[in-house]
Amino acid sequence: MTEMLVKSGVQLVLLLLVAPLISGIVKTLKARLQTRRGPDVFQPYRDLFKLMRKGMVIPDTASWIFSVTPYIVFATATLVGLMIPMTATDAPLSLFGGVLAVVYLLALGRFFLALAGLDTGSSFGGLGSSREMTISAIAEPAMMLAIFTVALGANSTNLSEMAQAAVSQSWKFLEPSQMLAFAALFVVLIAETGRIPVDNQATHLELTMIHEAMILEYSGPYLALIELGAWIKQLVLMTLLVNTFFPFGLSSDWTVAGLGMGLVVYLGKLLGLACFIVMVETTNAKMRLFRVPELLAVAFILGALALISTFLF
Amino acid sequence: MASLGALLEGIASLAVILDARETFIAIPSGLALVQYTFRLDPIACYFNLALAVVTLAISIYSFGYLDGFAPQKPLGVFCFFYALLLISLTVVFTAANALLFLIAWEMMAVAAYFLVSFDHEKTENRRAGLLFLVMSHVGTGALILAFLLLGTWAGGFDFATFHLARHSLTPLRQGTLFLLFFFGFGVKAGMVPVHIWLPAAHPAAPSNVSALMSAIVIKTGIYGIIRVSFDFLETPPLWAGLLVLFAGIASAILGVLYALIEPDLKRMLAYSTIENAGIILMALGATLVFQSYGRPMLAGVALIACLFHIFNHAVFKALLFLSAGAVVHATGTRNMERMGGLIRPMPLTALCFLIGAIAISGLPPLNGFVSEWLAYQALLGGFGSTPSLTRMVFPVAGSLLALTGALAAACFVRAFGIGFLALPRSSQATQAHEVHVSMLAGMGFLAALCAGLGLGANLLLPIFDPLTVALLGVQMSGNLTMAGGIALSSGSPRGGTVAPAALAGLLVLLSLLAGVLLATWWRRGRRVQGPTWDCGLPGLTEYNEYTATAFSKPLRMIFAVLYQPRREILAEFEVSAYYPTSVRFETEVDPAFETHLYSPLKDWIIARANWLRTMQTGSIHAYLAYIFVTLILLLLFGVRS
Repeated sequence: MTEMLVKSGVQLVLLLLVAPLISGIVKTLKARLQTRRGPDVFQPYRDLFKLMRKGMVIPDTASWIFSVTPYIVFATATLVGLMIPMTATDAPLSLFGGVLAVVYLLALGRFFLALAGLDTGSSFGGLGSSREMTISAIAEPAMMLAIFTVALGANSTNLSEMAQAAVSQSWKFLEPSQMLAFAALFVVLIAETGRIPVDNQATHLELTMIHEAMILEYSGPYLALIELGAWIKQLVLMTLLVNTFFPFGLSSDWTVAGLGMGLVVYLGKLLGLACFIVMVETTNAKMRLFRVPELLAVAFILGALALISTFLF
Repeated sequence: MASLGALLEGIASLAVILDARETFIAIPSGLALVQYTFRLDPIACYFNLALAVVTLAISIYSFGYLDGFAPQKPLGVFCFFYALLLISLTVVFTAANALLFLIAWEMMAVAAYFLVSFDHEKTENRRAGLLFLVMSHVGTGALILAFLLLGTWAGGFDFATFHLARHSLTPLRQGTLFLLFFFGFGVKAGMVPVHIWLPAAHPAAPSNVSALMSAIVIKTGIYGIIRVSFDFLETPPLWAGLLVLFAGIASAILGVLYALIEPDLKRMLAYSTIENAGIILMALGATLVFQSYGRPMLAGVALIACLFHIFNHAVFKALLFLSAGAVVHATGTRNMERMGGLIRPMPLTALCFLIGAIAISGLPPLNGFVSEWLAYQALLGGFGSTPSLTRMVFPVAGSLLALTGALAAACFVRAFGIGFLALPRSSQATQAHEVHVSMLAGMGFLAALCAGLGLGANLLLPIFDPLTVALLGVQMSGNLTMAGGIALSSGSPRGGTVAPAALAGLLVLLSLLAGVLLATWWRRGRRVQGPTWDCGLPGLTEYNEYTATAFSKPLRMIFAVLYQPRREILAEFEVSAYYPTSVRFETEVDPAFETHLYSPLKDWIIARANWLRTMQTGSIHAYLAYIFVTLILLLLFGVRS
């Protein structure tokens, strides 16, 4: 029990520290690649502190749903963060829910975020909610197929077991099923974290925003919580991707040395994935909303192919 | 008024008696043969338990709800048919004789018919009632045929005889019977494509009846399929399991897609019932497939998913229908586009609807999540343990279940967001008021149950033991709990675990953490009320709000192949087309099953009926001739044999 508490505490601190950093790294890298100077990697922390100290405006039309949502978004993202292996193979809370619980907890956060978007009565909020729910709905089958493929390899939906299996087997990323599942999950990651070509985190252009439209009316600390929640969610999905397909350096125990080593490798892997995301974001243009289903259909096909190739090869 | 109160109290106490009796004999006792041909075996008791729980809530709710009808409507008639429906439902679940079963089945259909067309002044409701009755009899026709065949082949009409005779049936006969039963019960279960009565009948009925129909009457079909496939027939062949699975997938996806575009709150819930019937059938189909491959443990997981979802759906769908009833009661409209902002005048109803919405979307930590999680685990296990191409079916079914879940979430965000949040969209919504306390009590009971069934799911598992033992011969509860009963496990040693109660606790804990964070950092800040950004226009009105139609627009476009949407825009202008003086917009979705399947069928039947009419000359001589010819033929027939 105390062991679980300590582990959770360590991982919680890690989550809160690393999540804004990764977001900052992506922003900086993107700016550099577009020959801008851009903010430095620590800008998200400053943004958080700034927002935390500001006052906030609650829309007249909003109900308690609006005020509850930031807490739920933050809590679901953080809880999910405690259920996935970050630096060690056994995640602190993996007993309480595996990969299915991760998907559905994130869906709970999204459910409330979409309600909060509608709660303000502004048409932007509704627009964002509608699009967010649409895109997540059509991303879901692809995600589930890819997850099924990985879970079948490990014969478990428990994330610690999955990491354990990945570490103990020889690295098999070059197998077709793994590569295809990786591709499918990567597309889902792009869609779920609101990145180009699906959505653009940097835009507040009325007609193109999705995630930003839902949270348009938030300000001050509530906005800080939601932003932090979104960063943690992004970190969780990225972690899922790197630790499932590149299970190097995952420490098998929770000793300081093991964790330190694990952390270094982990940050390196995240950096690699961040570079890849930045490349994709910079070399693509944002898609029309109604082209997005085609992209996600491709992800679904990739997932299906990954599954078929598990018993063909 | 006094007599009204007494009658209602009678119903409520009836519910309580039902309740007490069932929980007394019920689940743990197993097979107790009550005299005559009623049998209270675990399956019957399980369905009766669901009936009793839901009835209790609905009856409490009805005290307040029926007051709204009081002066104009004959409430005695209503109560009579309500009680008749409850009795016939109980008999349907407990009957152990085909004839008794069919009588109860018909009584149920007739009672439900009268309740559906209770509000008979509206043509729409009368038509809905008729459609229900016709479809119900199409199903019953198949059932009568199936029971007669089975009775002839088995040599008796007792369920026990069927059970004993099942090994002597040839595969062909088994297959025929399965198809007939599956069709007959499928009609009642709301399976696609024989679902069309459901979205017509549910909104037409008073809301307490809709709740009962959606929660329990639908389940009689599922009960029938379970009874037939495990009790009357040998382990059904592979194709039967796959058929049920595919029917389930089709119902789930089509049901939720139609629910998504429906502006009528109650009709939306009816379509969502089709979706959930689909999920239940998917789990049942998986059970049958695992059975035919001789995998009792996996079949056990799938069966528990199926049975648990039956109960869960009964609870949250009843809750949603009752809350929808409260909303209709308060605003006088079923159209979501004319609600809005109801969370302020009716906070408790809104909370109940929200809990139901979270549960039905399968989100943790409520009950819908647990049964869907079990279904995923069963489907995932199916991939590893079935040979050849069949194994591909399971992951695909799993991903489509994920699609269904996500679409259901979108659907209920839309229902709650448009119906209850933001500004009121009509004067009725502005004048809405919280409903009677008994209605709130009924809803609150079900809402608490949604939470309890989700959080305490691991404690409830032993209830399923007698059921799985009776149907499959395996005991599951030991395999499905882990870590001292905190976590629910997937049945295999390392498969996967989930602990809804712990998740709920941690969510609260982490929210508190966020609260503490906020409290420590947020020193200087103030919290002020301000207007929502309205793009600089003069004030935000309900016309700026997103509508339900707009909300589902992206999905309507993505799934245009299915919906075949048609739209018509009529703009009038004087100077330039960019400055219209008035715009009329109409949009419509093609009801595919009605236009492409039922209309041609109806036309064909009417044409054949017209053709037969030539026999009906109206002349008594002709009829005498018919009788004479028939008599001669029968005599000849009798002489020959």
